[in-house]
Amino acid sequence: MFDFDALINCFGMASCAVNQLTSGLIIGMLLFLVASGLTLIFGVLNVINFAHGTFYMVGAYFAFSTYLFTESYLLSAFVGALGAGIFGIFFERVLISKVYGQDILMQLLVCYAFILITDDLVKLIWGTDYIAMGIPDEFRLAPFRIFGGYVPPLYAFLIILSLVIGILTILLISKTRFGSIVRAAAENSPMVSALGIRVPLYFALLFGLGCALAGIAGALAAPVRSLTPGMGFGILIESFIVTVIGGMGSIPGALIAAIILGLTRSIGSVGFPLFVDGLMFLIMAIVLIFKPTGLFVKGSSK
Amino acid sequence: MKNFKNKIKRRSFMKVASLGMATTALTGFPNILKAANKPIKVGVTTILSGRVAILGQTVLSGMKVAVDEINNAGGIDGRKIEVISRDSKAKPDEAARLTRELVNNEGCEVLLNCEASGATFAVNEVARDIKKFCIHCISETSSLTADPKNRVPWVFRAARQGIHDAVGGGIFASEIAKKNNLKKFATAAPDYAYGRANTAEFMEYLKLFSPDINVTTQTWPKIFQPDYTENITALLNAKPDALYTCLWGGDLVAFIDQASLYGLFDQFQSFAVNLGDLPILTAIKKIPKDVYGGARYHKDIPDTQANEDWYNKYMAGSDVLPTNWSWEADTGMRFLIDALKKTGGDTDPMKLAKATAGNKIKSPFGVDGTMTIRGEDHTLVNYVIAYGRTITKDPYLANIQQSNWKDIYVHEKDWKKRKKYI
Repeated sequence: MFDFDALINCFGMASCAVNQLTSGLIIGMLLFLVASGLTLIFGVLNVINFAHGTFYMVGAYFAFSTYLFTESYLLSAFVGALGAGIFGIFFERVLISKVYGQDILMQLLVCYAFILITDDLVKLIWGTDYIAMGIPDEFRLAPFRIFGGYVPPLYAFLIILSLVIGILTILLISKTRFGSIVRAAAENSPMVSALGIRVPLYFALLFGLGCALAGIAGALAAPVRSLTPGMGFGILIESFIVTVIGGMGSIPGALIAAIILGLTRSIGSVGFPLFVDGLMFLIMAIVLIFKPTGLFVKGSSK
Repeated sequence: MKNFKNKIKRRSFMKVASLGMATTALTGFPNILKAANKPIKVGVTTILSGRVAILGQTVLSGMKVAVDEINNAGGIDGRKIEVISRDSKAKPDEAARLTRELVNNEGCEVLLNCEASGATFAVNEVARDIKKFCIHCISETSSLTADPKNRVPWVFRAARQGIHDAVGGGIFASEIAKKNNLKKFATAAPDYAYGRANTAEFMEYLKLFSPDINVTTQTWPKIFQPDYTENITALLNAKPDALYTCLWGGDLVAFIDQASLYGLFDQFQSFAVNLGDLPILTAIKKIPKDVYGGARYHKDIPDTQANEDWYNKYMAGSDVLPTNWSWEADTGMRFLIDALKKTGGDTDPMKLAKATAGNKIKSPFGVDGTMTIRGEDHTLVNYVIAYGRTITKDPYLANIQQSNWKDIYVHEKDWKKRKKYI
């Protein structure tokens, strides 16, 4: 099951090391975008958004339709994020806000119903076929060669862009007035209301921001991942693993955990191809046993 | 007086009723049912959601061609065929549950199972348990019918079989390997029964025909995995001379798009057995040149009027291009209809099984215009197996060569002996 020779050989060769490290980063960074939205919503609203993968799917489909008309990748990604964000606000206002503070089972049921309805809507609008958006012409370039390894320009761009979006999100939450208000409202929402601030509006905006992060991940990945109804489910499971490892509510934690998972996948495909998923869950189990709050959250487990 | 009248009425009623009952007893209920034109309900489970939903859609459109033909011709002794389909979402437990439901709640008398391998094995056991005649139309895993342990007297397969493709593909690929001096092979296959069995069989035959070939790297992405980057870079690191992949459907589309980013297809020769399905070829935005692929369904292979007519009938009832699954579903339905004709519409599983074992029908997809379901192992033979090379424009595959069934029969027999199936 374990092929340590292959692993040692790989890291003995610069080209193999470059290939596997960059592929780990690209898997990790897209996962980070999705997971950061999930962890943000949990951290502030204390809601586990089981429907988060749906916004990843919605973002990808919105981007696809925009790309059909405009052939602009960046505009498509923006529309994907915006569409997922607005859809997220709608979901928060109409459905999930009704079950804030209620039993987790009730939240799960509302989210599951929403997933099924949205999947069917996607089927009605875009059909059941798998759709490929295709790689934008500006990125149809020969891969960069770094120490003999291959790095596709699109992936290099995605890694940098994801990192920038992640940093901007952290700054938005920690340094801006918007961030201060939502963090204060998370601690004591009646007090913030008493100051004349419309807390539900801020909660809705924050929920929309979380969904927009999932949406932009779906939109950015759309050129290389075939689009199908229900495509959000696979990424949801991995996002949960990231959130558990990194710590519920911690965006830097999500970043590190997503990179750990990305590297586990890429290094695993060389050294232990049959145990990649197993190892991901094993890491999660170890974190849960020794630090149940996750790597980057202080305090006791919830 | 009133009572007397009532008595007479009751007496006459009794007379008429007894006469009616006697007539019924003499002529039998089936004729009454036939007179009522009760349709023969065929239960179909397939995948109608998720990444391969399009394939399930083409299953229903494919079998519709055969169903429309028989129903427009008046059905089987006046009884029409009615297909009742359900979406299994590719889940074995769901397929098994729905199959039972189709029989118990919907009154389906026969089954056409249109599932991929995982769910087909589950449905196979349900058909054994509830004793309903069943034809598997999609699963290609060889052991389904080749292994006597899996065989059920009233269950058949009207689909490709992995071992047939492995021999045909092995011969085809070994000729290219010899010509281009390809020695080191890598493989990329979905990690479940079909992917593992197909890859093992293909490589076994490739090595048999070109003994100096080695498999140096194997990578096993999960079925429906969104991202193949780690698999692609693992392949690039291995620097093989050639790649073999049996990824299929949307997975293959995503794999090719992602691999193109790394220029993978420029670096070594690739063989993708499931590439030659029209919706896949048209979904890939920029199809790489010179990849060898199996022609899963192609309207020009065989290049006959019958095949062209079938294509036109199919397209008249479908907004999606036909796939490998379409011709297989059509074929399963045709074998079922032929068997029903022979039993006069009787759906007794043993009678239908007797009519199907060894049955030969006319078909646009047979190499000589016919196909047979073999009696000894209940599986389809004599269908077209062909391989070609991709070109970037319609019809996307060129230089197509058909495999010879004489070679396939010889190697299939040896394989069965090695596996101790015979």
